[in-house]
Amino acid sequence: MFAFIINRILQAIPVMLAVALISFAMFAYVGDPVAIMLGQDFTEAQRDALVHDLGLDQPFWVQFATFTGHAIRGEFGLSYRLSRPVAELIGERAPATLELAFCAAVLALAVGVPMGVYTGLYRNSWLSRFFLTFSLVGVSLPTFLIGILLILVFAVWLGWLPSFGRGDTVQLGWWSTGFLTWSGIKALILPSITLGLFQLTLIMRLVRAEMLEVLRTDYIKFARARGLPNRAVHFGHALKNTLVPVITIVGLQLGAIIAFAIVTETVFQWPGMGLLFIQSVGVADIPVMSAYLLLIALVFVSINLIVDLLYYAVDPRLRIGRGKGGH
Amino acid sequence: MSNTAPLLQVKNLRVEFPTRRGTLVALDDVSFDIAPGEVLGVVGESGAGKSMTGAAIIGLLEPPGRIARGEILFAGKRIDNLRYEQMRRLRGKEIGAIFQDPLTTLNPLYTVGHQLVETITTHLPLNPAEARKRAIEWLEHVGIPAAAQRIDSYPHEFSGGMRQRVVIALALCAEPKLIVADEPTTALDVSIQAQVIALLKTLAREKGTAMMLVTHDMGVIAETADRVAVMYAGRIAEIGPVREVVKHANHPYSAGLMASIPPLDRRVERLAQIDGAMPRLSAIPQGCAYNPRCPQVFGKCRELRPDLLDAVTTRAACWLYDTETARG
Amino acid sequence: MAAAIARFFDSDVWWSFKRSPVTVASAIVAAICIIGAALAPFIAPHNPFDLASLNLIDAFKPPSWAEEGTAEYLLGTDDQGRDMLSAIMYGARVSLLVGLSATLFATLLGVSVGLLAGYVGGAVDGLLMRICDVQLTFPSILVALLVDGVVRAVVPREVHDQIALFVVIFAIGISEWPKFARTVRGSTLVERNKEYVQAARVIGVPKLRIMASHVLPNVVGPVLVVATLNLGLAILAEATLSFLGVGVPPTQPSLGTLIRIGNDFLFSGEWWITIFPGLALVAMVLSVNLLGDWLRDALNPKLR
Repeated sequence: MFAFIINRILQAIPVMLAVALISFAMFAYVGDPVAIMLGQDFTEAQRDALVHDLGLDQPFWVQFATFTGHAIRGEFGLSYRLSRPVAELIGERAPATLELAFCAAVLALAVGVPMGVYTGLYRNSWLSRFFLTFSLVGVSLPTFLIGILLILVFAVWLGWLPSFGRGDTVQLGWWSTGFLTWSGIKALILPSITLGLFQLTLIMRLVRAEMLEVLRTDYIKFARARGLPNRAVHFGHALKNTLVPVITIVGLQLGAIIAFAIVTETVFQWPGMGLLFIQSVGVADIPVMSAYLLLIALVFVSINLIVDLLYYAVDPRLRIGRGKGGH
Repeated sequence: MSNTAPLLQVKNLRVEFPTRRGTLVALDDVSFDIAPGEVLGVVGESGAGKSMTGAAIIGLLEPPGRIARGEILFAGKRIDNLRYEQMRRLRGKEIGAIFQDPLTTLNPLYTVGHQLVETITTHLPLNPAEARKRAIEWLEHVGIPAAAQRIDSYPHEFSGGMRQRVVIALALCAEPKLIVADEPTTALDVSIQAQVIALLKTLAREKGTAMMLVTHDMGVIAETADRVAVMYAGRIAEIGPVREVVKHANHPYSAGLMASIPPLDRRVERLAQIDGAMPRLSAIPQGCAYNPRCPQVFGKCRELRPDLLDAVTTRAACWLYDTETARG
Repeated sequence: MAAAIARFFDSDVWWSFKRSPVTVASAIVAAICIIGAALAPFIAPHNPFDLASLNLIDAFKPPSWAEEGTAEYLLGTDDQGRDMLSAIMYGARVSLLVGLSATLFATLLGVSVGLLAGYVGGAVDGLLMRICDVQLTFPSILVALLVDGVVRAVVPREVHDQIALFVVIFAIGISEWPKFARTVRGSTLVERNKEYVQAARVIGVPKLRIMASHVLPNVVGPVLVVATLNLGLAILAEATLSFLGVGVPPTQPSLGTLIRIGNDFLFSGEWWITIFPGLALVAMVLSVNLLGDWLRDALNPKLR
């Protein structure tokens, strides 16, 4: 078990380094940080001093090592646009994005998985057909349009829910949460649906496809031939086997939610990391962009690790070499 | 045939598959009985309808396949028209099934013990502890060494032959009266096949279980079955006592099939073979389905399809045994 | 190729197409979108880019069936008095152009990489697939945004506006190619070990020829499915980028740009400025996705 985790972490390191390299290349070669930091008037000596201070006169690999060292400590320099430390900016906005992503993920899973199971089991019922049509519309509707439609109906026409912002937040240490106020919760509803809907339909379609695949297998036929009740065949056997491939993709999808939050945050003016990122792209604020890139990579690598561990828990075939007996 | 009432009766069974290019008739006019404790071998080429017959009996035809005509009676009661839930209660409890490939018939995510216990508690009024005890006994019955420890192993921790023994235990653990065994040894190593067949035979004899043994291995049939049915293109070509069919087949097709088995007692230069191939279901010729390949074909064979007729020691669907000069 | 077309009309694919009313309907909708977009300069009732014909008095006209609507502007007008229907037709043109070009670019790149990786194997395969894996972990919209951001930082502003369309095509294409590479590599690995390919290799047919003439035709089916499903995604990606304001230049508004502009008037009640381009976008993407879904099922009978 321990060796397994170590192995997976070691495998993740090259991926993180590759992303760090891209980040660094952006940081070092795109635009001219020296010119941006010095402004209009500077002497050659000032310039050389800054270049030296920033370590830009060092060889490439030394610079990369320094960059990586700083990145591990969460130091990404100053934002060109806001002239504040990038880590501070991201830290301020992370809670908003994470709370939104959490609600969207819960929604996508809690609704998507049961719908997928249902449509897989009763593939010809009218409700299944309705769900399938709904899911097709779901994957064809761009996220921002879903947001706009929800705003139009629930904020503009009905006036039930706010159309932008987080509402009132409560500060818990450095973390600002919207879960503890009524207006904060109300503000979460529309963005969560907007962000979660696409993942919901994707998860539903995926679970359905896997379910259909598993229901065709010999061990399901044999389970039926043994006279097991439908409940045991469907939920004991079929669903558990469906989970193995579903876990992987669902894991990646949940990671994607954080990145997809960019669009939702723009529509709802949600003060999260995505909004920060898109504002940075518009003005080529490279330090923020490269920090965000690394952060997303970290999220994905962590999710991959969790997925592997879940796999390990679900599928006994991966536990080869361990003694017989229970878990 | 014995005088006791048959355990299983299949009468004029017809199974159809609707497809875009019209309806395919996978089984047509299939009739046979199995007496309690009897072993009926079913042989034929791939696609002859052997497995389909087994699937129809246990009520697990793959959609869109459906029984279009005929009846299946088990212990005197019709079972082909039962609702899913009623049939479900019969499966495993009254009629067990063994599938071809032990590597795919066990759920890889559950221990063999879990799968045995869930089957036993589904059909028998036992609590989990008693069921587990019963499960260990069954693993011992089927010859799994150190059953008490192996019960908590996962399927992938067993060899192919051992897995098929587990499958047999699963099929028999609620002591059904009939077992439908669909090519139970085809996927196994040759060296293991004999052991598994011997085990199946012994257990069936001990428990008085009747068996429908689907295979294309004539050696297995000769050794195990009491009677044998030869299937061709979705119909029964010949049915009769195993000794008669193997030694003195009356239908030209069964005769050809038997001639293609290598004899054990003497060396031969070349085995006989039947020219041509079995027709596809969508292109079954008029008259007897075997007529294009039959060495003894004559006019009537190309026009009318023969039913099973009395042919000395067996019953054969062949016009050679037609005693009347003309039939309607 | 002609033989392939003949075979197509005799195949199960064509049969399943005719049998599915939803598929036929989506083919018709897709055809309408494509024709309307392609012929916009000839059949659009107005030219939304002809500044001389714009009249601010006509601004914010609701659709023709509403109380203050006029028959001249079927779907109403925007803040500058542009006819929405015409703007949508011109916008769909940009959306389709970008979507098709990006998908074509991703297909060419992905198929080449996939063939190379699958056929050459070894370290080349390992490296290429590793790149695929890393890129696939990032959502394509993020990759596209990064590419756009980097280009913005590198090229001067005036130049950027001129090449913006190509940047968007490149950004979307580069974010989608790994799917093609994976599909093609999988099929190539299967084909590579078939006897006819082995035979061609033994008699000394050059590798490139084998790939082009033996392996490539066998991967066309799966690639077609991925490309169709990807076209929908590419159109959505372009719309999303344009909505975020980093996509196509404002001088060539796509459907996404129109929706973004309309979004500003959502609260003042002029819903049609954003909803109609939105509906057009959904109709286009939905019909393409339905076609892709059907194509996948038709080419993969196991799933039915």
